[in-house]
Amino acid sequence: MIGWSQAVFVLVVLVAVHVPLGDYMALNLDGGRHLKAERLIYRVCGVDPDSEQNWRHYLAALTAFSVMSILALFALFTLQRHLPWSLGHGGMPWQLALHTAVSFTTNTSWQNYAGESTTGHLAVMAGLGVQAFASAAVGICVALALTRGLVRHSTGDLGNFWVDLTRAILRVILPLAVVFGLILIGLGVEQNLTGAQALGTVAGGKQTIIGGPVGSWEPIKLMSGDGGGFFNASSAHPYENPSAWSNTLEILLMLLIPTAFVRTFGRMAGSLRLGWTLLAVVGILFGLLLVAGSLAQNAHTGTVTAAVGGQTEGTETRVGVPGSTLFGVAATGSADGALNSSYDSFSSVGGGVLLAAMMLGEIAPGGTGSGLYGLLIVVLVAVFLGGLMVGRTPEFLRKRIGLSEMRYVVLYALVAPTLILLFTAIAMALPTGRSSMLNTGPHGLTEVLYAYTSSVNSNGSAMAGLSGNRPFYNLTMAVAMFAGRYLPIAFTLALAGRLARQRPGTVTAGTLRTSGANFVALATGTALILALLNFLPALSLGPLADGLG
Amino acid sequence: MVLVLTVVLGLAYPLAMVAIARLPGLHDRARGSLVEDRAGRTAGSALIGQSFTGKDGRPLARYFQGRPSAAGDGYDPTASGASNLGPESVVDILPEPGLTTDENAKPSLLTQVCARSKAVGEFEHVDGSRPYCTPDGVGAVLGVFRVFRVGGLTGRVTRVVSLNQECPATPFLRTYDGVTVECARYGEDHAAADVVPVRGSAPARPVVPADAVTASGSGLDPQISPAYARLQTARVARVRGVPAPEVRRLVRENTTGRALGFLGEPAVNVVRLNLALDRAYPVREG
Repeated sequence: MIGWSQAVFVLVVLVAVHVPLGDYMALNLDGGRHLKAERLIYRVCGVDPDSEQNWRHYLAALTAFSVMSILALFALFTLQRHLPWSLGHGGMPWQLALHTAVSFTTNTSWQNYAGESTTGHLAVMAGLGVQAFASAAVGICVALALTRGLVRHSTGDLGNFWVDLTRAILRVILPLAVVFGLILIGLGVEQNLTGAQALGTVAGGKQTIIGGPVGSWEPIKLMSGDGGGFFNASSAHPYENPSAWSNTLEILLMLLIPTAFVRTFGRMAGSLRLGWTLLAVVGILFGLLLVAGSLAQNAHTGTVTAAVGGQTEGTETRVGVPGSTLFGVAATGSADGALNSSYDSFSSVGGGVLLAAMMLGEIAPGGTGSGLYGLLIVVLVAVFLGGLMVGRTPEFLRKRIGLSEMRYVVLYALVAPTLILLFTAIAMALPTGRSSMLNTGPHGLTEVLYAYTSSVNSNGSAMAGLSGNRPFYNLTMAVAMFAGRYLPIAFTLALAGRLARQRPGTVTAGTLRTSGANFVALATGTALILALLNFLPALSLGPLADGLG
Repeated sequence: MVLVLTVVLGLAYPLAMVAIARLPGLHDRARGSLVEDRAGRTAGSALIGQSFTGKDGRPLARYFQGRPSAAGDGYDPTASGASNLGPESVVDILPEPGLTTDENAKPSLLTQVCARSKAVGEFEHVDGSRPYCTPDGVGAVLGVFRVFRVGGLTGRVTRVVSLNQECPATPFLRTYDGVTVECARYGEDHAAADVVPVRGSAPARPVVPADAVTASGSGLDPQISPAYARLQTARVARVRGVPAPEVRRLVRENTTGRALGFLGEPAVNVVRLNLALDRAYPVREG
């Protein structure tokens, strides 16, 4: 009962906050005047902020920025030894450096290393921290471009990538990070530049306490959909998540921007009703996952769970099992991928629910920006199916969803299942892939499936039993993360370009209504069916076999 | 652009936050909530759990004990993390007989839970039994070999091995389906056997609480459940020669309830509690 009231509390606060934040984002991200600080950045970088880009130029700018980011991170990690604030940590081997660079640039933040023993303060602040902001902003850019594609007509212009990027960071993510960072420090998250400190313990032993700029890292890690931990244990670590209050706040932060973006979309599309409709779809999907996850976690079906008398392995006392389950569903539903407990030790079906949350394609509510464009892709599929079923013209926001539009939608939808199942199959077929599993049998398969699902969907949460720091996993996961992030982005931008060029259709009695209970059911059903058709066989062999066996 | 962002977000932002965090009110928490002992010596952090063990690695009876830890050799902040073992981790990889430590041996999560439950039970003089655990503190799991009927899913039992009880241990069950249960011999292949965990007669709500037998997510959990604190109160009071109500009072003072009455779980901070005990009722070393 208490677990449920915690969830209801978080969701009520979230819905209340998403209205003003969503409106603020709509007002500040699209159009309007440039700030002084922004003009300065544009001048330094040689950008003309008032010119617009078509989808090809937008994609080219985005790709150039991302590739430069990967190279910068790669250099920072491999050369760490020679840079200040390295805390004595050496450079990463090139495979791990490449994996980590791709991981943080693609907003995935899967970590094949333990933060406390690998990265110094400079690598965290100037490397990971910068990309946590930037990768989230890139997601916001793509969502803005797709929204403009739907809203605008008879034009090729989708906005200016550099302006969208700068504004997303300076007007949205950075101010929120400062506010919530200070709140988190007030709750006990440390923020210093101390490094490792050898101290005595109460019982007369020795302990090395690790200091670092955790307070400035924590809010971006959660809000950006980034999710990588400062420490290996991420938000299970008491310095990242010291109390029940901080735990609640961290869950909210993961859901905040993706949920508010649904409102932003409603505003920009000129239909708040559409915003609420999409929020209902997101809410139902999230609710289903949360209910399934909580029931599985409380069922005590596992042998160890029954022996223990609860699902407490891998959970923190202050957070408890309900707080861990809610955090887990929020982290996988939102593409953030942080963890406050060991997902590997979740009940088998509970772990399966986290997998399913990612397999939905990160739309409940999904990543920062990426959640919205993922959701809109599902909506377009629903519109198309609905149109075919009742013989009406598939239209969305007065744009025809014809064959050529659907081609990009389908390509987008095929990327994730293809990459996930392909890479999982390769890993299971090779001895080097299998030898990294901590658990054997169905649970081992779940670990590998989880790894590639998390990589392709830019989630970054891990069933940490898999030892991913082997050249095989470092390289295949880097490819999975890169393709899983940028192929869908390319298809989305191409789709946006096509939609923007259309002339608006007229709304007639024959147009499918995209609001109301019918449409909510249609879109929710489409999301579920797409995910289930793709992944049910793999889920049966992994978590379901583990739980029923 | 990457360079500009690195300067703004990578240096200016975190360093400004470090500077703001120096302000009074935030300062102590930003430094890591460090705590001092009676002598004024920094004795760790209130947020980071510690081992309360002697030099031999055994728990010290004068201190409240924290949860099991999977961080390094226990409460090692340079290696935070969980066991990451799943709920069906029930079969041990047995150690090679004759070796003092066999690095290839890997106890299952079930056996770890059973062993901890037995140890805590003995330490606190209470019943340490749990479902699916043998009296000697390993997972009660049988490997059942069968001859299958043609095309069938069931068949006659031919051989039964207690998988986690290495010979010469006495199996926790004499017979299974009419077949004598054997102890497990090192190196024997049990892959063809059905794995059958046996519930046993232990109470569904064991005396030793759940958090006392499971490792936390970080391995650095500074807190325990109020139930585990209650279990330890009598022992600590006895060893320190203090009336139990006094110890209970200190436990209460170091307990945080649920925030707003429904967020998180009630928890007792063991680091603060043990420091308070040392301050109020010091014990001489030894």
